Amino acid sequence: MDQVRIIEVKQSVFADNDKRAAELRRELKERGIFLLNLMSAPGSGKTTTLKRTVELLKDEIKIGVMEADIDSDVDARAMAAAGVKSIQLHTGGMCHLDADMTRQGLDELIDGDVELAILENVGNLVCPAEFDTGAVKNAAILSVPEGDDKPLKYPLMFQVCDVVLVNKIDVAPYFDFDLEKCKEYVRMRNPAARVIPICAKTGEGVDQWADWLREQVREWRS
Amino acid sequence: MHELGIVFHIIKSVEAVAADNELEKVSAVVLELGEVSGVVPDYLTDCWRWAAAKSELVSGSELKIETLPAVTHCDHCGRDYPTVAHGKTCPHCGCGDTWLLTGNEVNIKEIEAY
Ligand SMILES: Nc1nc2c(ncn2[C@@H]2O[C@H](COP(=O)(O)OP(=O)(O)OP(=O)(O)O)[C@@H](O)[C@H]2O)c(=O)[nH]1
Ligand SMILES: [Mg+2]
Ligand SMILES: [Zn+2]
Ligand SMILES: [Zn+2]
Repeated sequence: MDQVRIIEVKQSVFADNDKRAAELRRELKERGIFLLNLMSAPGSGKTTTLKRTVELLKDEIKIGVMEADIDSDVDARAMAAAGVKSIQLHTGGMCHLDADMTRQGLDELIDGDVELAILENVGNLVCPAEFDTGAVKNAAILSVPEGDDKPLKYPLMFQVCDVVLVNKIDVAPYFDFDLEKCKEYVRMRNPAARVIPICAKTGEGVDQWADWLREQVREWRS
Repeated sequence: MHELGIVFHIIKSVEAVAADNELEKVSAVVLELGEVSGVVPDYLTDCWRWAAAKSELVSGSELKIETLPAVTHCDHCGRDYPTVAHGKTCPHCGCGDTWLLTGNEVNIKEIEAY
């Protein structure tokens, strides 16, 4: 048998995905499509927030939604019921989406006229932050029952985010949740991130978030 | 599971390197894992055994893990300290104005092949 060859690689496991994500972003820019990646822990309110967002924006922007669930399709059906095109992405048990999986989803979602594509990532605060999906902007939802110290415990998630939505503020009185402290922790990890408190259940604060998103889409497509 | 996703990405990267270097069979992959990368080495090698078996190129190969120490830098006093022992608070000056210098790497260092 031949001698063993050693090939030096010295490459981050994420490097290859980063490259594909950058390519996807370039293509989206050319095609005038804005991709938003929405992340959070399971049950923080991604689907509820998206339903509200779509209500506010669907008459002015053509929206398509990709729902990444490990198995079920309830979220995709909820979005279809809200009146936007939506598809289910099959993650095959994976805990995150990478740029290739996102591209496949977009190919299925977009038949010419989507201006704003939204990806509801898998409910998980760890891996989705490590894998660039090719999105133009990243948003994370942190809900009140999870605690105001989440930015300290999952620093990478809050570093990669452009916006942090603090959801379920209606239940703040029942939890030891300090919004000012939470903002401070986000700032420690990412001084540029915007923090918007919302209640997806009633729609409170969602208009501020929709304003931000509308402006981002306009800028990207101009 | 987080580790399984990482393993799929390692295999993808190894396949790309193998194609570039015309390798037919890989005997080992050496991985550098930061102490605070959040990846659990034992789970990773378990996932590796399972996933590698499905790839002609890497089936039966060993995943060797080398740990990289985590070091945090303090902006307040300018010194470095070991992250795992002291977390986010600088042991030199007690300040929390600190950031991770190294320790969250998941790098493919080298590949051994026939
Ligand atoms: N009290 C309160 N409950 C909310 C709010 N937003 C969402 N919820 C509830 O939280 C639960 C989870 O909401 P979803 O929107 O399904 O959360 P998700 O992040 O999409 O969940 P997964 O897709 O399973 O990760 C539901 O029972 C919602 O009704 C809120 O602002 N206040
Ligand atoms: Mg959902
Ligand atoms: Zn993962
Ligand atoms: Zn110090």
